[in-house]
Amino acid sequence: MTQEQWFWTSSARIPSETQAGYPFVQQLLDQMKQNQWCERDIFGVHLAVEEALVNAIKHGNGYDADKLVEFTFQLSDDCVRVAITDEGAGFAPGDVPDPTDDDNLELPSGRGIMLMRNFMSNIEYNDRGNHVVMEKRRGQPDDEQCNSKTSA
Amino acid sequence: MAERHRLEVSEVGGVTVIRFTDKKILDEANIQELGQELFGLVEEENRKSLCLNFTNVDLLSSAALGKLITLDKKVKAHGGKLKLCNIRPQIYQVFVITRLHKLFDIKNDEAEALAAF
Repeated sequence: MTQEQWFWTSSARIPSETQAGYPFVQQLLDQMKQNQWCERDIFGVHLAVEEALVNAIKHGNGYDADKLVEFTFQLSDDCVRVAITDEGAGFAPGDVPDPTDDDNLELPSGRGIMLMRNFMSNIEYNDRGNHVVMEKRRGQPDDEQCNSKTSA
Repeated sequence: MAERHRLEVSEVGGVTVIRFTDKKILDEANIQELGQELFGLVEEENRKSLCLNFTNVDLLSSAALGKLITLDKKVKAHGGKLKLCNIRPQIYQVFVITRLHKLFDIKNDEAEALAAF
């Protein structure tokens, strides 16, 4: 992961309820908007963060009220960094089947990590699989609409 | 007829047109309710021609996509047709990334979708 000058950081621990993270996610999106990130990047970060939080709450902690999800959101001039940790046993990301395979296309689940990987610039799990760090660099992947800051 | 909180349902020329009340379809509880309301249209009300209009939708999660996939299966099992329309480009990108644009019949707008039934 990159070394950045973070000018905004938000950290919290939330219960394993899917609505618990909404205020913090909204703060992150508001910060991105205030710092002139383009709509496309904001959309992608929003979706990736929501998918990662749901994964932590639902698959990691199993909606267990006694388990928490810890996260940190950070913002620099050109980078958003999201780190999320659950208290579950973990998993092997490589074991998640490809949802775009013909055999899996009509399965109702299994697309969250794919969306995270596609909308973020990079994503890494720890060995246990209960901690993920994602980064989004401004304007990546190639996107002419996002390569310059939007006007205020 | 069941009370609906997540959907706005209307009839146009024999086609059931469905819009979503939530701009961001993210919350797991709301998605469960959304699924029940969608499935009820097919399994309880026996509607066979469904058009999902995504005009109001800014964001939808993979869990919501899962409900759409299940709906598609139920519609087909009942001998019906399902079409999607008015999907904004960023949401359409989600369908492309997941290859679901190959599974669903997606039209540009409601008029095009209705004409295709």
